[in-house]
Amino acid sequence: MLHATRLEVSLSERPILRDVEFRARPGQLTAIVGPNGSGKTTLLRALTGETPFTGRVELDGDDITALKPWQLAARRAVLPQATRLAFPFTVLEVVRIGLSCGREGGRESLAEAALARVGLSGFEGRLFHELSGGEQQRTQLARVLVQVWNPVADGLPCWLFLDEPVASLDIGQQLEVMRLARDFATAGGGVIAVMHDLNLTAMFADSVAVMREGHLMQQGPPGEVLTDGCLSTAYGCRVRVNVAPTAGAPFLLPHACAEAPRFERSAPGP
Amino acid sequence: MNETVISPGLTWPGSSGAGDRRRLAARTSLALIVLLLLVSIVSLGIGAADASFWHSLVTVARGDELSALERVILFDIRLPRLAMGLLVGAALAVSGAVMQGLFRNPLADPGLVGVGAGAGLGAIIAIVLGASLPAAVSLAIGHYIVPVAAFIGGWVATLVLYQVSTSRGRTSVAMMLLAGIALGALAAALSGILVYLANDAQLRDLTFWGLGSLAGATWGKLMAAAPLILLAMAAAPFLARSLNALALGEAAAAHLGIPIQRMKMLAVVVVAMATGAAVAVSGGIGFIGIVVPHLLRISVGPDHRYLLLNSALLGASLLVLADTISRTIIAPAELPIGILTAVIGGPVFIWILLRNRGLLNL
Repeated sequence: MLHATRLEVSLSERPILRDVEFRARPGQLTAIVGPNGSGKTTLLRALTGETPFTGRVELDGDDITALKPWQLAARRAVLPQATRLAFPFTVLEVVRIGLSCGREGGRESLAEAALARVGLSGFEGRLFHELSGGEQQRTQLARVLVQVWNPVADGLPCWLFLDEPVASLDIGQQLEVMRLARDFATAGGGVIAVMHDLNLTAMFADSVAVMREGHLMQQGPPGEVLTDGCLSTAYGCRVRVNVAPTAGAPFLLPHACAEAPRFERSAPGP
Repeated sequence: MNETVISPGLTWPGSSGAGDRRRLAARTSLALIVLLLLVSIVSLGIGAADASFWHSLVTVARGDELSALERVILFDIRLPRLAMGLLVGAALAVSGAVMQGLFRNPLADPGLVGVGAGAGLGAIIAIVLGASLPAAVSLAIGHYIVPVAAFIGGWVATLVLYQVSTSRGRTSVAMMLLAGIALGALAAALSGILVYLANDAQLRDLTFWGLGSLAGATWGKLMAAAPLILLAMAAAPFLARSLNALALGEAAAAHLGIPIQRMKMLAVVVVAMATGAAVAVSGGIGFIGIVVPHLLRISVGPDHRYLLLNSALLGASLLVLADTISRTIIAPAELPIGILTAVIGGPVFIWILLRNRGLLNL
């Protein structure tokens, strides 16, 4: 279990996170949602130890600030939003960097296996910086997957921290990646993902944390949290939540508000 | 999206699978060792004086004694010069490769961004102020003062450069290059002041040193520089895995379990030791540190586990080759080797710039 208490983060004396209490269980996919600038990514960065914070973050009972970098690396992997590579590595070489830093460093075939999982078989010899944004993102996901290949290792769950994992993907790939994350959780690992797409969140998350202005507004199962009232407050616009006819998951439609028009209609010129 | 710029899937001869360049890198190492041996033999055999290595070998094989002149030329002039060329070439190339990995940028070269200038200032301070040391002290450690002072100068310059150009884990290319210009100017100004303070004998030392040449190679100088360079070479392989992870960004490397601060400190010390010792004995020889790693990165890939070793081998070969050319092309006079490496390195550097426009985000 990942448990954060009284989490506070300030950047150049401006508070970004205020008194956040956050929980994520292994075996579950926990999504962090909220409007831009609400502190989603900062929360994720604090949970991974990347951003200095005050308060306490415990990963399965251990204070993360007390763990050595390599001990943390054996228990959790982090997917950043985007990566710029400094040098012309191939796709296979990028994945192997992750492999060499994980528990399964000796099992070379895992690199190819991970690329196959993210749908990039055949891309091994391509240069990373020549790939499209979505391909780069999936290469990084493969790199992260090989670092914590087994969802449970030595009796402890492994954790995946994903910062907008589907941001630059098409709709088919979005579903693929979310299923991959789901499967990792089902197998006993923990997944924490910052999400923009509320419908994907509703479909795949077990627990949703809604952020607003640096506070954690509410956390709970999607059916309880993704409601008209909560989302309208968080995002500051009217949102209508329905239930998808087939899946039974909440299904969101933002309202195009019928307020006063912001542009004057002008007569066409001569 | 740059979906239209798709390169064909790359496969390399001799690789076990697409995208795997390790076997290619290992073969390159073997080829570079052969090159190194060839270049070394040629360098021993050719020179302004007509003392052929082969002739000497044949003489020794016949059981005859070498003449006194031949012995002096081979053992006191060419051999220390060869050894110095090998060490300095390897030091320059490896310090370039490590610094580029640390700054995550193929343009970061100790000579370009003021680290060489800082090392030079350290060396000049040691040459000018070393004279005021008690005679006993300078007799005992005199040889080592200049390389160690150069190391300290390079170390301080690298630390300042890193502090200025990096904030929150991101290194700015523009800040790095501009700070390098400022550091270089400052070091040059301070060096200028010291030159005013120098006496005639020291001036001669300084002029000779500033030319950027291996001509002053002696066993004594070699012994002074070798420990620092060999120490840096021995430490560099421990950085390889960390530098690979660092290529993904500082945060990503930390998430991969790399102890970032410790590894950066080690990298800075390696760069400063190698650059400082090289500058102390050979002055400023440019471009080896930028051209060699770059050529290897585009041909066998940027994996530092192979890049560092191959850089050492290619840097040593290239510098010895350049030195052999520089002392024979206008024999009996000698072209300063710095001129030669600049004539070749300058255009290659511009080519690197043009080629990397997309990757460098300039």
